[in-house]
Amino acid sequence: MSNILVYVLHYEGEFNKNSLGAVSEAAKLASELGGEAHAIVVGDDGLTDEFLAGLGKYGATKVFRAKAPEGLAQPVVDAMAKVIDDNGHSYALFGGGLLGFEIGAGLAARKKAGVTMEVTEVKVDNGELVASRPILQDSMISESRYTGDLGVIIGRLNAFEVAERNGASATVEDVDVELSPFSTKAKMVQRGEQRGADVNIEDADVLIAGGRGLGKPEGFEQLDELAAAFGGAVAATRAVVDAGWFPYAGQIGQTGKTVAPKLYLAAGISGAIQHKVGMQNSENIVAINKDSNAPIFEFSDLGIVGDLNKIVPKLTEAVKAKKGS
Amino acid sequence: MKICVLVKEVPDAAVEKRIDPSTGRLDRTGEKNLNPFDTHAIEAAMQIKEGGAVDVDEVVAVTMGPESAVRALHKAVSLGADRSVHLTDEALAGSDVAATGYALAQTLAAEQPDLVLLGQQSDDGECYTIGAVVADHLQMPSLTQVIKIDVSDGNLRCERQAEYGYDTVDIELPAVISVGDAINEPRYPSLKAIMGAKKKPLDTKATGDVEIDVAMVGGDGSQVACGNFHDPPQKEAGQIIEDEDTAETVEKIVAWLDERKLI
Amino acid sequence: MAAANGSRNGLITPAAFPPPVNPVEEFVGPPTDPEDERIEVGVAIVGGGPAGLACANRLLQLLADDEALTERLGEVPVAVVEKGKVCGAHNLSGAIMRPSAMTELFPDVPPSDWPTYGEVPGEAVYLMLNGKQSVHIPTPPPFKNHGNYVVSVAELSRWLAEKAEEAGAYLLTETSAAKLLVDENKVVGIRSGDKGRGKDGEPLGNFEPGSDVLAKATVLAEGTWGHLTGAAIRAFDLGTDDAQVWALGVKEVWEVPTPLTKVIHTLGWPLRTAAKYKEFGGSWIYPMGEDKVSLGFVAGLDYADVEFSVHDVLQQFKTHPRIRGILEGGKRIAWGAKAIPEGGYWAMPKLTAPGAVICGDAGGMVNVPELKGIHYAMHSGILAAEHIYRQLKASSTDFSSYDDAVHDSVIGKDMFRTRNMKQPFSKGFFVGGAIVNAMVATKGRIPGGHWKTHADKDQPMFRGGRAKRYPKPDGKYTFDKLSSVYITGNETRDDAPNHIRVQKEVPRELAEMWQWMCPAGVYEVPEDAEGDGPVDVIVNYTNCVQCGAITAKGGRLTAPEGGDGPLYQIT
Repeated sequence: MSNILVYVLHYEGEFNKNSLGAVSEAAKLASELGGEAHAIVVGDDGLTDEFLAGLGKYGATKVFRAKAPEGLAQPVVDAMAKVIDDNGHSYALFGGGLLGFEIGAGLAARKKAGVTMEVTEVKVDNGELVASRPILQDSMISESRYTGDLGVIIGRLNAFEVAERNGASATVEDVDVELSPFSTKAKMVQRGEQRGADVNIEDADVLIAGGRGLGKPEGFEQLDELAAAFGGAVAATRAVVDAGWFPYAGQIGQTGKTVAPKLYLAAGISGAIQHKVGMQNSENIVAINKDSNAPIFEFSDLGIVGDLNKIVPKLTEAVKAKKGS
Repeated sequence: MKICVLVKEVPDAAVEKRIDPSTGRLDRTGEKNLNPFDTHAIEAAMQIKEGGAVDVDEVVAVTMGPESAVRALHKAVSLGADRSVHLTDEALAGSDVAATGYALAQTLAAEQPDLVLLGQQSDDGECYTIGAVVADHLQMPSLTQVIKIDVSDGNLRCERQAEYGYDTVDIELPAVISVGDAINEPRYPSLKAIMGAKKKPLDTKATGDVEIDVAMVGGDGSQVACGNFHDPPQKEAGQIIEDEDTAETVEKIVAWLDERKLI
Repeated sequence: MAAANGSRNGLITPAAFPPPVNPVEEFVGPPTDPEDERIEVGVAIVGGGPAGLACANRLLQLLADDEALTERLGEVPVAVVEKGKVCGAHNLSGAIMRPSAMTELFPDVPPSDWPTYGEVPGEAVYLMLNGKQSVHIPTPPPFKNHGNYVVSVAELSRWLAEKAEEAGAYLLTETSAAKLLVDENKVVGIRSGDKGRGKDGEPLGNFEPGSDVLAKATVLAEGTWGHLTGAAIRAFDLGTDDAQVWALGVKEVWEVPTPLTKVIHTLGWPLRTAAKYKEFGGSWIYPMGEDKVSLGFVAGLDYADVEFSVHDVLQQFKTHPRIRGILEGGKRIAWGAKAIPEGGYWAMPKLTAPGAVICGDAGGMVNVPELKGIHYAMHSGILAAEHIYRQLKASSTDFSSYDDAVHDSVIGKDMFRTRNMKQPFSKGFFVGGAIVNAMVATKGRIPGGHWKTHADKDQPMFRGGRAKRYPKPDGKYTFDKLSSVYITGNETRDDAPNHIRVQKEVPRELAEMWQWMCPAGVYEVPEDAEGDGPVDVIVNYTNCVQCGAITAKGGRLTAPEGGDGPLYQIT
């Protein structure tokens, strides 16, 4: 019987979205394996039974609670290693995110386990989990199989869907963790400081990106409004950043940032490969361009051939209306 | 203070990578280069050395790789490292992340560094945060995605980007710090430094020289096997709308977005 | 009467809009670093291609037996300065190489150990009649290649570089040679380019200035658009009355399921035969082993149609059934572009200046009718090494004997024999072809004389309606420029300074001409430009693959930051 242990990150009373996705995924996989999905949450006194039991909604049958500093990786490695030693989980699963990588890697070292990162899909084969990840700039998929007693799987950002599984409340079990001496040598001084009023484009769920087709720098004003309607952020192509229409911090592409939001709306962008490689993993790609031959229409999920200056303002109104209702 | 910088040779980002059809494995011919993320680590080491807050006796570049990896070391040295260490051994071929981290940790243990710096990830996308693996073996505190380091006697105050914003963390030395590319703008080597790189001391080590248990490395020592390379699932062809009646078009867009719970 | 915008009778002449650059003032000067900061080497070789590396290898062979001179040359007897990431990164050619230079340079290395794709297996020449038909014609003498080898110069350079390094050469890659150091009318070395400048040339946080590299002998082996070579030719008055002219070659390498069993050259379609278009060139398709082919199209840059684009002509060419058949089921794995000096014998500059010599393509050593240049480049490198060695041994920096040696060698003989073979094609394909046939049959004697060359940028241009025939890229067999640039591995940083000099405000037609000409999509006419008035041409210089075409057609390529540009692997 294979059980899966999922690390669940939390902050200010809320569970991390990617962690919840991992729990949902673990629940699905565990049932196929004939085992259970357990969660482990690390923190201080704020972790009430009620709060943790809520993870049952996503399919966790048990939640291990460990008292240790939050936001640092090594104490979690100590905790997870102990839980796995005591309970014999076969897999450790992490949702995408910085801490997941750090903890997963440390856990792999501690337990001498195999680890796969940037996983986009996990399936069950012959009673075992097989993790798939893209390689070679997403042009191919590689599958990982684990030997040994433990397999560590770290998902890519937004890889696992959050799904409520009508589970009963999870039971909560306290774990007494003895922290390694070096785990106490890092001390959190301040956690989660926000900087700058702007939404970080790499974190945004919705990105509205503008290119040369906007015609002039003022073209970004209508994109600002559309982004505001969605609660998203604005980004740009290299060409318009070069022309001085938008700051470099918002540049997407081969020489800019790589993003994978839930929705990427490209307005006036031709979709040359130098831009495509920066956003091709977006979950949903919508493109507006007046040129029906623009390469972007070859990989967009929804393409609109038309004048963005006519479409964008109307779309903004419609989105505002829909959200308001 | 002694700083060790872990560097890695990776296929140049410009080289189109592919699976060799005849072997079914990653085609590793083609140019290799010093992992760009590691240049930030070297720069961070140099800034600490030149900063004056602490006395740095030497900066040592360390790598694990085949013979060609010496190029990465030459580059590291041309950027300011005082000497380099090359761990190379056939027994290491095929090592996975955990095995590589273990081998590097053993090599570092022999150097007894006060601070280990490395790049956040490698350009070939194969791995993130091998620093965490190394730190666990060395039993040192570790932090990743660090974008600012302030050193004082025996301590570091680091800033790092995390899920919820920026964290400030104090760490006791010795420690392993993985740096993100936002930490600094790496310098260019001067022509003199490039020309002098080959003259700096370079020690070559095999597994036996640093007490690596070969059962824990190489293909056999790895706990995960990668294979079955295949094409990603074909994306469904997208839908195209020709805008004639903009009001109607926008309605269709909103419906499409709504279907996918994007509004 | 030329109008104010440089057009005459509706014709635009690029030379009327010279680029804002003064090569001698900007790129030639004395050393400026304090004496103790200057780097000293024995021989500085600018350019890590076949010419430069043949020179390096030969020099080191000679120095291996000469301890005394080696010591005199100091810690770094031979340094190769290469602006690409590695030697070979900026090399591109067809190519078929005659073996003579390899056997001379490495007599103990058998051809089976050379980095080649084997001897030419067989050959065929086709005259492409139109988009559907072609006819096999008997192989004209210049295209006979028996005993020659198919190579990739990108791979050849890497191989030569490895050998040079093993022999003790210092390969200073990612280093551009920005300035020719001249003191008291003698070349004393080069200055390497700065790194870490921003868009407007301002020093950035990690600015690293270049260094003065002093050398007892400087070898200019920069290739087709030699940055320092151009400046040296002006500074030392090495040019002849005949301007250098260039062709542009655009090349692709394909993986193919069906092996190609012979070397193919084509003439004719899609080039237009009438004299007024001045479309001179053709294509090649060479097997690279069993599973790959190299193919490309070359056209002289003195074409007259504003809309001529060698890249698009190559794409068009691939739609021909004969060509498409070769590529069927295959996959494109490389693309690139490079200019080729085509002026021949008359346009070759004097090859020496005090303290310096010129080798290879930089010296125009390309035999156009026979499509050969690699072995000449290597032979000139070998000769340069031998003459520099001899003179340095005698404590002299007068290398003028090298010039004579080149002309007495197979280089000079072949260049002279083929000296008039491109020019007749300005009379159109058929007249030109007939004249050239006569020349070939008589080994250059009939008709003799001196057919002058005319600079490409002096060629007046007009809109000839070519563009409507270019195929729309299908992403499988035909490709657009941007996705082609992408696979060259071009990774120039966005805030690098602009290394391309062109006049800012130019007539629309000129801007359009550049837009079509450039295989990498560097030049763009802004969308809001109206009518035929002057436009502010957009220069996307980060796309530049440094082919050199702009230098021929009214602008000027200068040395970009070392390490920028393509990373050709197999071209």
